[in-house]
Amino acid sequence: MLELYGHVVASRLLLGTARYPSPAILAEAVHASKTDIVTVSLRREMAGSRAGGAFFELIRTLGVRVLPNTAGCHTVAEAVLTAKMAREVFATDWIKLEVIGNHDTLQPDVFALVEAARILSGEGFKVFPYTTDDLVVAEHLMEAGCQVLMPWCAPIGSAMGPVNLPALRSMRAHFPDVPLIVDAGIGRPSHAAIVMELGYDAVLLNTAVAGAADPAAMAAAFTGAIEAGHIAFRAGMLEPRDMAVPSTPVIGKAVFS
Amino acid sequence: MKLTINGEDHYTDISVLSDLLVSLEYEGEWLATAVNGELIHREDRSVFTLSDRDRIEILSPMQGG
Repeated sequence: MLELYGHVVASRLLLGTARYPSPAILAEAVHASKTDIVTVSLRREMAGSRAGGAFFELIRTLGVRVLPNTAGCHTVAEAVLTAKMAREVFATDWIKLEVIGNHDTLQPDVFALVEAARILSGEGFKVFPYTTDDLVVAEHLMEAGCQVLMPWCAPIGSAMGPVNLPALRSMRAHFPDVPLIVDAGIGRPSHAAIVMELGYDAVLLNTAVAGAADPAAMAAAFTGAIEAGHIAFRAGMLEPRDMAVPSTPVIGKAVFS
Repeated sequence: MKLTINGEDHYTDISVLSDLLVSLEYEGEWLATAVNGELIHREDRSVFTLSDRDRIEILSPMQGG
């Protein structure tokens, strides 16, 4: 079982709620994924609109824990205020902390991220930082109070999959006891299986499911791949070899000539 | 007085935040409010006095990744 800030979850898939064709399809995907945690956000409400309320009610009916994010924030002040407003709305001290540093790559501003993480941790938040695979940044995030790390494996929404396996492997080795969740860049179930085979604890994804032709089916596919990767990691996998090794014993082989 | 609400200019005589929300048909437990970059808790809106040129943000839940 996976424990995040003292909360035990059965599923190792955290699912985003954006970009689905409809609320009904979002609900189908959440159910098919068997996830325990979905990510949500905050945006400006229009006067007289109940759009936010309708989404709020939908999320309540899903029976899952919410992880609000600070998506779209580019400064420490924006991220901290958004986190506080999210706590007010969703009644949770969990926050997926994003401080974006570049419009094109959506790369995190890791300097602002660490500063925001320190402020929010000091105010009682349980911070899930969207970060890079940089070990030094990760160390600073831990010092700032984070007990979970969420490195990207490729830019948000890129669907490239893990582009730097040595870095992800290094991060796993460097933080053997810290829950590590790959957040962003996953495009296919096989990508998720690869990072889980590295020993990652969970995967957070959104677009790969929401943008599929059949989001519910894709959610189920990811769940299977993530579970398979996790079991394989625990089972202990063979290391690749350069030469062939016969799987059938050669002792007792018949000699016909 | 002039207020900026979610990025748009408004002119009003209403000086209490909760009254302003009602007048603009902002209702619901899912709303979060901030004035000039500071969170105003739900229970404090009825005693929060607005001032000319205040910047108000009214946020609600939406889909996120």
